[in-house]
Amino acid sequence: MADSVAGADRPDAPDRDTLLAMFEIQSRIKLCDERFRSLLTSGQIQIIYYSPRGQECISAGWGVHLRSDDQVVTIYRGLHDHLAKGVPLRELWAEFLGRATGTCKGKGGPMHITHPESGLMVTTGIVGAGIPIATGFGLAAQLDGSDRVCVVNFGDGATNIGAFHEGLNLAAVWNLPVVFVCQNNLYGEHTPYRMVTGVEHISDRAAGYGMPGVTVDGNDPVATWKVMGEAIARARAGEGPTLVEARTYRFWGHLMGDAMEYMDKDERKAAMAADPVLRYREWLLANGHATDEQLAEVEQTVLAAIDDAVEFAMNSPYPDASELYTDVYATVPGGAQS
Amino acid sequence: MTDTAAPEFPVLMTGLAINQALDVAMTIDPKVIMLGEDIAEPSGGVYKVTKGLSTKHGAHRVRKTPISEQAIIGAAVGAAIAGYRPVAEIMIMDFLAVCLDQVSNHAGKIRYMSGGQTTVPMVIRTSAGAGRGFGAQHSEMLEAWAVHTPGIKVVVPSTPADAKGLLLSSIFDDDPVLFVEQMMLYWNPAVAGPVPPGDVRIPLGVADVKREGSDVSLISYGRQVHDCLAVATKLADEGVSCEVVDLRSLVPLDEAAVLASVAKTKRAVIVHEAVQLCGFGAELSSRIHEELFGELAGPVRRVGGANTPVPYASNLEADFIPQQADIEAAVRRTLS
Repeated sequence: MADSVAGADRPDAPDRDTLLAMFEIQSRIKLCDERFRSLLTSGQIQIIYYSPRGQECISAGWGVHLRSDDQVVTIYRGLHDHLAKGVPLRELWAEFLGRATGTCKGKGGPMHITHPESGLMVTTGIVGAGIPIATGFGLAAQLDGSDRVCVVNFGDGATNIGAFHEGLNLAAVWNLPVVFVCQNNLYGEHTPYRMVTGVEHISDRAAGYGMPGVTVDGNDPVATWKVMGEAIARARAGEGPTLVEARTYRFWGHLMGDAMEYMDKDERKAAMAADPVLRYREWLLANGHATDEQLAEVEQTVLAAIDDAVEFAMNSPYPDASELYTDVYATVPGGAQS
Repeated sequence: MTDTAAPEFPVLMTGLAINQALDVAMTIDPKVIMLGEDIAEPSGGVYKVTKGLSTKHGAHRVRKTPISEQAIIGAAVGAAIAGYRPVAEIMIMDFLAVCLDQVSNHAGKIRYMSGGQTTVPMVIRTSAGAGRGFGAQHSEMLEAWAVHTPGIKVVVPSTPADAKGLLLSSIFDDDPVLFVEQMMLYWNPAVAGPVPPGDVRIPLGVADVKREGSDVSLISYGRQVHDCLAVATKLADEGVSCEVVDLRSLVPLDEAAVLASVAKTKRAVIVHEAVQLCGFGAELSSRIHEELFGELAGPVRRVGGANTPVPYASNLEADFIPQQADIEAAVRRTLS
């Protein structure tokens, strides 16, 4: 799989702007992740953190296809999806650090990033639960007569929970404009997916709902871009939902700091050696899509933005104590207590 | 004394009053949609409460779903965030158990978790309660589950006029509302009542004193309000004056109305059908004791369902449900 990425040019590749846009998104994800892990391991921050490292190409693959009014739902391991949908770095970092300036005023945290302005509608900490909610966004788009779409991201583990079944069936019978993106990183929490999943290809399950299912190498940015584009175009054209299984590998444990004793050491070593972001960078250079200077400039710009975001977040105040009681209800009638 | 329900209005049963509220809401706001099992024609709901609505407003707005409670509530959550006002039906309240993640973790928490950026203006209508011989899994009153989940409002109407006015307010409220409809009220002519036509709303969080009295406050909601009124009528013949306070919504709670009534009567009996243990009456009793301890003539009493699953056999089911005799006994105990 990786050979095709680092190797020859691809006739099916998108235009240069799109290639570079994908590189920019991947770089944001990779460099943000590296900064989070460095601050965590040096003890400068103490937060729950679910690293998306290794899964960058998937979010970049759908990210460049989406309009600002398209909607995204994701899960607790969602940093890559937040960044691909354009959640601004400052607010995102501040929310991860629980600060008043965060996307959710510090009340949601990494597992509940929400930024409707960017179309990042829901981040859930409950495995599979975003899938039925995404059908609701699809239903709203359909009733509005809009061609916007909803992309919902989840892991391989989510495909074994009831919400997956109910959500995919509903999307199929109502022909909803939803793209179901299973980021199959081979592990559901601490368990290899094949130990708990009866099919080799999760996309095979799509047939059971009467919708197309596609498996793609999620570490191949060009192939992922193509498959995502087709699924998004189908949804936009009113042709209904698609289940995309993007195969990838989770470089780190379920939760940052876990001992990863359940992950095969050689498998992990090989996956990290075939780092999809680095290989994509090499491929762009080898095929003349960009110069090293151009890519380095992208990376430097991203790093500067991260420096700025970290400083902004670190210097932001924690939420005021009064925030404990706000936003529970939209309206509380006068004279009555809740 | 629900002043909106003057006697010149047509007398309707509760099921029709709810149907009217849904019809009015869908007529005045195209963003109101309905999702649920069997709610569309030809059946119009297993209890006929949504009869005719899909014909009038279209099957795209009155949407028959698969038997998929997680998908029903999840889709309603998404559509609500995206600007709709979905009314999702969970056919029987016990089925909340299969979608509680969507209700509690999502409908209830999304506004808070997003720091107020997104809100979930949806209603979960559900039929509930014992008395029809449906056994343990089709008869429960689980409103306390939702009360214990911050972010969700909880409404339990007792009369047709209240059902209509509270449902309209619930649909146009910007928060998720669990709207509990006791199936024993739907088509019971004994509790039919005058219902004003059109878009007449009753605000959430405003209790209704259904009968004024001076000796003891009977505080209840839903079907048991009618039992309290019957007991009050009976005891009035003996010179005992009962005040009947109908909470109508548990969240928001009209605590001021409860405390005002009990401050006046010095005695309170709380009545609900739900299992008494950790039921809403426990919270209410605690609040009354905390606020009025020195003024009370005696301890607050509770009358609730037995601490058992709801049994099938008709005699056992009747023993499970608080009866008028139980309420009367509690009042006498409070007065002694």
